[in-house]
Amino acid sequence: MADKEFVHPYIPNTNPTSTAAMLEEIGASSIEELFQSIPDHLRYQGSLGLPKPYPSEIELRRNIAKTLENNISFEPHRNFRGGGCWQHYVPSVCDEILSRGEFLTAYTGSRHANVGSFQAQFEFQSMISELTDMDVVSYVTYDWGSAARTALGMAQRITQRCKILVPKNIGPWRSSQIETLLFNSDIVWIDIDPTSSQIDMNNLRDAMGPDVAAIYIENPCYLGNLETQAEAIGALAHEQGAIFIVGVDPLSLGVVEAPGTYEADIVCGTVQTLGIHMFAGGGLAGLLAMRDEERIKTECPWPILGLLETQQKNEFTFGWANFNRTPYELRDESEDFIGTGQTIWAIIAGVYLALMGPKGMQEIGETILQRSHYAAKKIAAIPGVTLPMENAAFFKEFVVNIDDTGKKISTVNAELTDLGFNSGTDLSKSYPRFGQAMLVAVTECHNKEDIDTFALTLEKVVS
Amino acid sequence: MSKSKYLNENFQQTRWAENIIYEHSIDGDRGILPPKTEPEILSEIDESWEIPSSLKRKSKLNLPEVAQLYVLRHYTRLSQMVFGNNVANNIGLATATMKYSPLVNENLVRMKQVAEIHPEQDVRTLQGILEIIYNLEQALKGISGLDHFCMQPGGGAAAIFTNAKIVKRYHEDRGEGDQRTQIITTLNSHPANAAAASSAGFEVIHLPPGPAGYPDIEALKAAVSDETAGLMTTNPEDTGLFNPEIKEWTNLVHKAGGLCVHDQANANGVIGIARSREAGFDLCHFNLHKTFSIPHGSYGGGAGAVGVRDDLERYLPKPRITFDGEQFDLDFDLPDSIGTVRSYLGNTQAQVKAFAWIMALGEKGIRQVAEIAVLNNNYLTKKIAEIKGASISFYPDNTDWRIEQTRFSWKDLNRDTGVDTEDIRNRVVDYGIQTYWPSHHPYTVAQPFSLEPTESVSKADIDELIEVFTRVSEESYETPEVVQNAPHKSSTAAVNPNSFADPPMSWRVYQRRRVT
Repeated sequence: MADKEFVHPYIPNTNPTSTAAMLEEIGASSIEELFQSIPDHLRYQGSLGLPKPYPSEIELRRNIAKTLENNISFEPHRNFRGGGCWQHYVPSVCDEILSRGEFLTAYTGSRHANVGSFQAQFEFQSMISELTDMDVVSYVTYDWGSAARTALGMAQRITQRCKILVPKNIGPWRSSQIETLLFNSDIVWIDIDPTSSQIDMNNLRDAMGPDVAAIYIENPCYLGNLETQAEAIGALAHEQGAIFIVGVDPLSLGVVEAPGTYEADIVCGTVQTLGIHMFAGGGLAGLLAMRDEERIKTECPWPILGLLETQQKNEFTFGWANFNRTPYELRDESEDFIGTGQTIWAIIAGVYLALMGPKGMQEIGETILQRSHYAAKKIAAIPGVTLPMENAAFFKEFVVNIDDTGKKISTVNAELTDLGFNSGTDLSKSYPRFGQAMLVAVTECHNKEDIDTFALTLEKVVS
Repeated sequence: MSKSKYLNENFQQTRWAENIIYEHSIDGDRGILPPKTEPEILSEIDESWEIPSSLKRKSKLNLPEVAQLYVLRHYTRLSQMVFGNNVANNIGLATATMKYSPLVNENLVRMKQVAEIHPEQDVRTLQGILEIIYNLEQALKGISGLDHFCMQPGGGAAAIFTNAKIVKRYHEDRGEGDQRTQIITTLNSHPANAAAASSAGFEVIHLPPGPAGYPDIEALKAAVSDETAGLMTTNPEDTGLFNPEIKEWTNLVHKAGGLCVHDQANANGVIGIARSREAGFDLCHFNLHKTFSIPHGSYGGGAGAVGVRDDLERYLPKPRITFDGEQFDLDFDLPDSIGTVRSYLGNTQAQVKAFAWIMALGEKGIRQVAEIAVLNNNYLTKKIAEIKGASISFYPDNTDWRIEQTRFSWKDLNRDTGVDTEDIRNRVVDYGIQTYWPSHHPYTVAQPFSLEPTESVSKADIDELIEVFTRVSEESYETPEVVQNAPHKSSTAAVNPNSFADPPMSWRVYQRRRVT
């Protein structure tokens, strides 16, 4: 079996000297003998059909990089696409800490041997707690949609009810995730006001009743708009004993009120906006925060770190405070599934928030608001281009309609791609009510010149 | 005390006594400055940008205020108090498959053509990453023998859930959804099998291990019925014992009308040796962060891959990657798909690294992974069994060589000395190695401990672990209080046992309680 000629740098004991010494120690004649418990009819002797490998690092790097270079990475200031994964600036300190092999190559491990990663996670929990005004924050989930699903499932168990009310402004990905991931639920999709994408309160009131487990809203929602009726929606949920769940982009929370202040019970959202590269969607993670109430946190399936005191004065360590409530212990008594998630991004998000501080979060929020509103104004001035929700409040993203130009978003976006712009997400399939429309994202990466250039180019393309 | 070659008597883990980040805060200090909006913009937009007063943040935002160097230093110091796999012996974290995560793969994903890519940009500009993911799918097909792969799940548990959901949909489409309500799993399969099946709406039947370590086939016969939706099991289980009757198992389940799902989260002992297909499985999943070298990221970086046979392809999550011989594209028009389990294409940067890992090894290297992992484990297992107070689980009822990991027991040591497995977990850290994983729940072995020396570890690494465990066994018999009060040389002292009850889950709660 083992090829005596081939010693791979990733596999030190392919060295024949080591192999022979170990076989002798255990009294086996060959490596083959060690697989005796696998019967012949289960042994695979054929080819795996794998391509010819590149055992030397230089060839490997060159060849994989060559394929990857077939991607086009738009300049950050020419990327106007968001909708769930956003172009934000990643501070150098975040990249440096991401490159620390200690965090990157550890697993959970011991609260003593790995106290550094436990502390970084606890600090993430503590800073998200302040941003959201929730006292309890868990480990991160797979992404925002999975966090929303977990929050909704928690609400069903807390209330022992099935029905959940979800607005139609949460976008195609999270809608599909909630439908796919939640079983045994009765999802009622709540209409939105086409001039603001805020919840249609009449429709919400009609759907509300004592059988409702939760109302879920997003602030801002997928379409970028802010939900100014949030407090009233929360009150409506609580009147009927339902759980009020709010989805957020935490980067907005330096300027937008914390959901805890308007009585959210559980908060979910993305983590990717906090110092994490897009990685073609690989940078996603979901946050989950909740009130410090027994009935709520006892239903949280994701681990939550607690602060522990050691026998040394003024010294802390940390431990999973709810292991017995996770599926690791509950097994089939759990109605949710968790496992190795995306903790590395929680650590990096913690670094980001520590760098930003309260002033940085307020300033970045203001810059994004100002520049995105400027961009909306510039784009709306293009002949044939309109903003369907012109007077509605938004953060970072807004919907742009081009019906009057007679063009299709797909064609316009293809042309913009060729001109070096990653334009807004095409909404014509996911939100046909907005016609030929796209969702444009403007962040701190875009200065006045970038926005002017984009608006000018868009004007040329649609005219 | 025994003579040691690798054991470090004088080890002391880095102990910075690093404050919580809030304790570094000085009012007014700044870590980074975001850009300010240009005055020309401000003069054009009047006040329309402002958040409506009902939603404008009025509550104080209590984040730390720390200068940049001190944020960097704080997190660098924290990182120095972590036994990552690049730093220390992690053989103890069995079931997690702690292996070397090649640095070249990290370099590849930090290219801007990966890091600075939006998942929904024009598909013409995503050809490189789509090609790599597509090729990774082809490789996983060869490795598993199954026909189609999808890597949208964000981790192993999400992949298991995806498979459970496909099983459910399959029976619903055949009009047997209401009838087939049971999933059979084993007590020594990962708890996620039970939890994910339950989350997908199934009732779960657990098969306990028999004397040989895996369940007796008679137990399966008794459990299978026309209510069986499927079997979800690992093989080998976390005990490291391979169930040689697995083909008879899958035949039994198929005969009853059920599907068979292979949990290959950790395929490290069988990759290139035995495949899901030959064992009769219809679906399987891999954890890219185990077998395929993706770094564990302090509990993720997770990435899951699900594989299915031809007739189940239509249920896979969407979108799917297609290739017409020239262009890669994304297909969303899949009416039978179970839907979306995670946004976009999954953990794409992990997929790039997994493909690069496969391409560094090739077929021969892939087989060597399993061969050396199994050699390492049997060498380790023999040596551990020689330690006073330690024993191999399900031995001598099953004298087979173990596959890639072994579950052991300290029950004799505990009986003789009162020292338990939790004490030893704390003590081994004092010698500069990572702690160990006892067992998933429920414990089917008393005082369990589980070890997994993957192909990445050297003989010296294994010998180091054996010396440490031997020393701690000796200490348990001679000075048990030293072990029971451990750790002594770690980054922190032992936990004050009173603090386990209702610990604060954020700094603000801790502060509030301190005041009251």
